[in-house]
Amino acid sequence: MSATAIPPGAGAAAKPLPDVLPAPRRRSPAMTFVVRHPTIVVGGVLVAIMVFIAIFAPYLGTVDPTALAPARRTREPSAMYWFGTDMLGRDVYSRVIYGTRVSLLVGIAVAFFASLIGLAIGLISGFVRWTDGVIMRIMDGLMSIPGILLAIALMALTRGSVGNVILAITVVDIPRVARLVRGVVLSLREQPYVEAAIAAGTRTPKIIWKHILPNTLAPMTVQATFICASAMLTEATLSFIGAGTPPIIPSWGNIMAEGRALWQVKPYIVFFPAVFLSIMVLAVNLLGDGLRDALDPRMAKRI
Amino acid sequence: MLAYVVRRIVSTIPVMLIVALFVFSLLYIAPGDPAAVIAGDQATPQDVERIRISLGLDRPYLIRFGGWLWDVVNFDLGKSIFTNLPVTLMIAQRIEPTLALCVATLLLAVSVAVPLGVIAAWKQGSWIDRAVMTFAVFSFSVPVFVVGYLLAYFFALRLDWLPVQGYTPIAQGFWPFLQNLILPAVTLGSAYMALIARITRATMLEVLAQDYVRTAKSKGVGQRTVLFVHALKNAAVPIVTVVGIGVALLIGGAVVTESVFAIPGLGRLTVDAILRRDYPVIQGVILMFSFAYVLVNLAVDLLYTLFDPRIRY
Repeated sequence: MSATAIPPGAGAAAKPLPDVLPAPRRRSPAMTFVVRHPTIVVGGVLVAIMVFIAIFAPYLGTVDPTALAPARRTREPSAMYWFGTDMLGRDVYSRVIYGTRVSLLVGIAVAFFASLIGLAIGLISGFVRWTDGVIMRIMDGLMSIPGILLAIALMALTRGSVGNVILAITVVDIPRVARLVRGVVLSLREQPYVEAAIAAGTRTPKIIWKHILPNTLAPMTVQATFICASAMLTEATLSFIGAGTPPIIPSWGNIMAEGRALWQVKPYIVFFPAVFLSIMVLAVNLLGDGLRDALDPRMAKRI
Repeated sequence: MLAYVVRRIVSTIPVMLIVALFVFSLLYIAPGDPAAVIAGDQATPQDVERIRISLGLDRPYLIRFGGWLWDVVNFDLGKSIFTNLPVTLMIAQRIEPTLALCVATLLLAVSVAVPLGVIAAWKQGSWIDRAVMTFAVFSFSVPVFVVGYLLAYFFALRLDWLPVQGYTPIAQGFWPFLQNLILPAVTLGSAYMALIARITRATMLEVLAQDYVRTAKSKGVGQRTVLFVHALKNAAVPIVTVVGIGVALLIGGAVVTESVFAIPGLGRLTVDAILRRDYPVIQGVILMFSFAYVLVNLAVDLLYTLFDPRIRY
């Protein structure tokens, strides 16, 4: 990462130099990274914790998140029920912990599929000239429908399921990736080394693989992180208004939607999933901000 | 200039057509047979078939799209499956609260976020800059409805300064109208403000590094004039662009904010329509919001010339 930092073991083969100068104070490579990119580290650690929670949800003192217990309805948070119980007597703590899985799944899946499909569309649009006009008008049209409304419309067509939520939010985000990739392709095509490759008769697939893809990787990674964060928010919003994951699945949006009727008297049902969701989205956003600054130092100064 | 305006207006037509095609397809592939719904439970298959033909539902896709588009141009968005009222009438009944909320949010957000962004750029690296940027990251990460509940909990339930929920039409007095609108507008505006403040800061940083700003300072122009006249005017184009693009945030957020604050606007209409699967209403609302969004951004494009006389078309 740093010019001054020497990775441990690098000097093992060579003999140590005589001590002419006092050795400069050095940070370990890991410390240097932490100091240079605090947002990546904070965001990364928080995301790692969330991933851990999602994977080990059954072992974190949870009970069945869908188990009904009408006799123990709307209990306040206590030692027994850490986050209280909802109006059907379900343990809010267990539901929130299991909700991490839905949120992460939706965020990562949407970021992955939107990037993949957007990349393909962007490449086609940038390379096959005659498709460019048509594809970009369709993308403009899709982007003219406010994102949440488009997702709502798609969800209204289908049965609520996690797969359909992922599909709906992916459709919303594809145009953003496609435009980004197209922009990169169009600017790269003018670069002398790409023109030279074309002039030398390099075939298009090879140009894409060797010259275009490596250059789209950095902006796409950053974009994918932000898409992941916004997909998590959109999923929660859709579930909150009743157009998202089916109520049987404990997602944060669903828990908040169910707590809505009681929020003035039992605010904790809405509060706990809200805190988890906010931390999760904040973590991914921080990661994205940090990655953007690290991958494109020119942007760091601006925004 | 006039040629540009005409060209720009004409160029929104294909986008609107694609939006319309998309929204039409939505109803086209929606589950359920409108003919069967209209015919009712007692109908025979022959009745359903007859209604289908009389409604033109047996005709090919593109012809139906053409007919539907003609209706839309004539402000006919069909009838709600649920209430049997014309969709345009339902939209007209619900538009006031949403419009009031969006306009209030827009005014609030611009009048708070732009000065914040300017000050953050002026005092780059100071505590106020950091506070603005931290606020921006946070409000991008907290969902609109959580902001709404937090604000309502503290300012309405705990402190009892403002009403918890509800909406008062402006016809019943300006102060009650405003009182009910403050919390929803702040809620809806939080992410929007963050967006505007960020872009204002970024653009101002760029502009403040320009030679003419240095010249203005060195000839003794006051700090405030340099910031808000020389610099801000030149930073206006990207800011206005983001204000326009951010209207999408506003529209999406209004749907949720209205649910939290029990405001009987288009957002509630949308949510109710989804829960009842009332496709003509969903279609109409989405079409209207999307057209509004396209028109706002058209207006923004036309505003550029006002802020930057160098832009000549």
